[in-house]
Amino acid sequence: MSAIPGIVAVNTFREAVRDRVLYNLIVFALMMIGASVLVGEISIGISRLVIINLGLSAISLFGLVMAVFIGVGLVYKEMEKRTLYSLLAKPVRRWEFLVGKFGGLLLTLTVNKFFMALGLAAALYYVSREFLRADATVLLAIYFILLELALVTALALFFSCFSSPMLSTLFTLGIYVAGFFSSDIRGIGMVTHSPAMQTTARIISYLLPNFRNFNVMAAASHGDAIPFSLIWQNTAYAALYVALLLIAASAIFSGRNLK
Amino acid sequence: MSTPAIEIEGLTKDYPVGFWRPRMRRSLDHLTLQVEDGEVFGFLGPNGAGKTTTLKVLMSIIFPSSGTARVRGKSIDDVRMHREIGYLPEQPYFYDYLTARELLDYYARLFGFGAADRRERITRFLKRVGLAQAADVQLRKFSKGMLQRVGIAQAILHDPQVIFLDEPMSGLDPVGRREVRDIIHALKREGRTVFFSTHILSDAEMLCDRVGVLVGGKLQGVGAPGDIVSMEVYAMEILFETPAGRPLPSSLAKSAARVGGRHRVEVPEDQLYPVLDELRSCEARILSITPLRPTLEDYFFRLVGRENSTPQPVEVASG
Amino acid sequence: MSGRNHSRALGLALVAIPALFVAIGFLQMRIEAATRTVAQQQEQLLLRSGPMLKRLSLGYDSLLGDIYWTRAVQYYGSRVGNHGEKFELLWPLLDITTTLDPNLIVAYRFGAIFLSEPRPTGADRSDLAVELVKKGVAANPNSWELSSDLGFLYYWHLKDYQKASAAYLQGSQVPNAPSWLKMMAAQVAEKGNSFSNSLGIWSELYDTTQNEKVKKSAFQHLQSLHALQDTFELDKLAEQYRKQYGRYPASTNELSERGLLQGIPLDPAGFPYTVGADGKVQLDPNSPIILPKASERPLP
Repeated sequence: MSAIPGIVAVNTFREAVRDRVLYNLIVFALMMIGASVLVGEISIGISRLVIINLGLSAISLFGLVMAVFIGVGLVYKEMEKRTLYSLLAKPVRRWEFLVGKFGGLLLTLTVNKFFMALGLAAALYYVSREFLRADATVLLAIYFILLELALVTALALFFSCFSSPMLSTLFTLGIYVAGFFSSDIRGIGMVTHSPAMQTTARIISYLLPNFRNFNVMAAASHGDAIPFSLIWQNTAYAALYVALLLIAASAIFSGRNLK
Repeated sequence: MSTPAIEIEGLTKDYPVGFWRPRMRRSLDHLTLQVEDGEVFGFLGPNGAGKTTTLKVLMSIIFPSSGTARVRGKSIDDVRMHREIGYLPEQPYFYDYLTARELLDYYARLFGFGAADRRERITRFLKRVGLAQAADVQLRKFSKGMLQRVGIAQAILHDPQVIFLDEPMSGLDPVGRREVRDIIHALKREGRTVFFSTHILSDAEMLCDRVGVLVGGKLQGVGAPGDIVSMEVYAMEILFETPAGRPLPSSLAKSAARVGGRHRVEVPEDQLYPVLDELRSCEARILSITPLRPTLEDYFFRLVGRENSTPQPVEVASG
Repeated sequence: MSGRNHSRALGLALVAIPALFVAIGFLQMRIEAATRTVAQQQEQLLLRSGPMLKRLSLGYDSLLGDIYWTRAVQYYGSRVGNHGEKFELLWPLLDITTTLDPNLIVAYRFGAIFLSEPRPTGADRSDLAVELVKKGVAANPNSWELSSDLGFLYYWHLKDYQKASAAYLQGSQVPNAPSWLKMMAAQVAEKGNSFSNSLGIWSELYDTTQNEKVKKSAFQHLQSLHALQDTFELDKLAEQYRKQYGRYPASTNELSERGLLQGIPLDPAGFPYTVGADGKVQLDPNSPIILPKASERPLP
């Protein structure tokens, strides 16, 4: 196994840290503190609900913003700034570089979500005065958010290989929204009466990355158990799709003439 | 070793130019060239000739339209070839959020050097390029000259056999340039091959075993600097002073030029003694007599002049 | 000529990417099966407020409305037939749909039928159905179909013949409205619950709807009403028979043999009627037709 992606990943992580990206944790912490204090007076059931919904939404949103805005620059920035010139003169294969950049951003996101998870756990503890079994679902929800972010990162990286940050952001967000509504696309296809439309809509709905799979916020806020099968299925889904995107990105990037 | 260090065969690069109906602009035209092991080879040419393009193709930063190249017997396609080479890009850009030490450590890791090895190399090479003091300063605070030195350090810290330098002297003050020249000399003494591009001819004359001249993407000539220009003396230069008030001899008045308080005249070799007699007759004081030989510069300008007289396609990208 | 590495990467991509898409598609199907069961355990609609969603949709409300409409249809379709199904989310889904897109007439019409239908075909909430259709009439004053649906709801489910007539009248005043609306307004006001009114209303529904499910429901109601009519007629004949022969007929054959009937009557599904010991005519046990509930029965 090549060590190069790992080395590139660590450096990418270092860049994110020095870019002060992780400072969003401060904003998150303030939000959680504010929310805990505000809902402290209401009954435990509702305050847990609010904290969990707020916390998970914030974790998801902050993560999404990070994944997209850093992701679309991952390759583009290095091409623009020509830092790639000296890097590619080293014994580094282009795909190793891509996997490394992906890994670096994923590492950054993981660390970021880890600290946010701690913050959320602290807020929950403050509100419930104890750790509940139901908190495990919340952790699982955060893990699913991380899987979702890995997919978004891979998407952004893919576009970063050949288009400018502005276009890449558009494409990535566009696919995110389309993927979010993919089951509705299928539904719309079914409501029309043309079999061609139905089949097309069906195929598209299965090809698009279905981000709704990862959304278990409702279950988490009600403390429901999540079946184990969903855990490995979502993990496999994210892994397969990420692999697909990285392979596609490598195919494009390894033939690209840099500036 | 009989295999040349660098073998370039028929390397061609075309760029599409224009948006609506792109035409192809040829920035490298069937370049064929060989550099032997242990040579210092200078790659000369005016701006836009294709020198940087050649280096980028060799590094697989861009891909040729046709042709092949091998370094130390390995195709440029082969990633393992990069273990044995070092590269300094034309305007080095590095990760500006890293310090010099961190940058070199990052690159050293990519070669697979262990921690102790890395530490030792980084210290040694930082010292060698004169950056020992600035080791822990972020690169964003570096001057251009300092960046150039870091660039050289990262090009050689893994002891490569073949080193490619794109305009290594650019942006350096005379002291810096002397230091780079010393480094190149040292590399040669270590038996390494150095391939560098430059448009400063005096450096090439001083450093190179052989030079190649690239104009408009075509290789115009390859050879030792002395081979390219003949060693023949083509004229004698006489510097002299005339006593105050004495006019110049009429035959010299036209061809002599005033340089400060002195006069300078170029005469063909067989005219030397007659002219000296004339000067003696007007009691001029001879300051120096120097045989003139064509320099690389003359050769160069002749080439470029000839090239410029033929209609050129419009150049869009520099190369 | 981008070199070996590029060709290799392209080759891998051409092989691996389709294979991965196929795997992803299958995995997606399994995930959806799993999440369906999770969702069935708990009905979840995170945002029930239509106006809130409208604001959140940033101007794409009619698109979102269409999406919620397809979800409502899918919701109904996937649950109809479930034992004890209450269709609890049908009303919120349709309410949100019509808040987002107030001109989506099909949604109001769908809700008019399936919110009001008794279980297991509907949610058995005629009050909500009326609320939905009233909203629709207010937002679409030129839709005589919605007024007609409102009239239907008042007539059939709420038994409020005044309001039913008023609704039909309102519908008849829309330009280009068909003439039967005016007739219906008058007849309902005059006769209230009657066979002819009921048949008329369900027939119009059957003719004017474009929704397959609604058409099917209307057809079933029409069959059921015809069957009921038949049983009333046959009950009268059975009474006549008793007066003549001192006992109720054992079957419709006897009625036919004695000349009170011509031929053997069959219900609209093609099954013969049976006569009970009390002289009341019933449907054949094998017949798929279900007679209207007592509360829905028009007076003979």
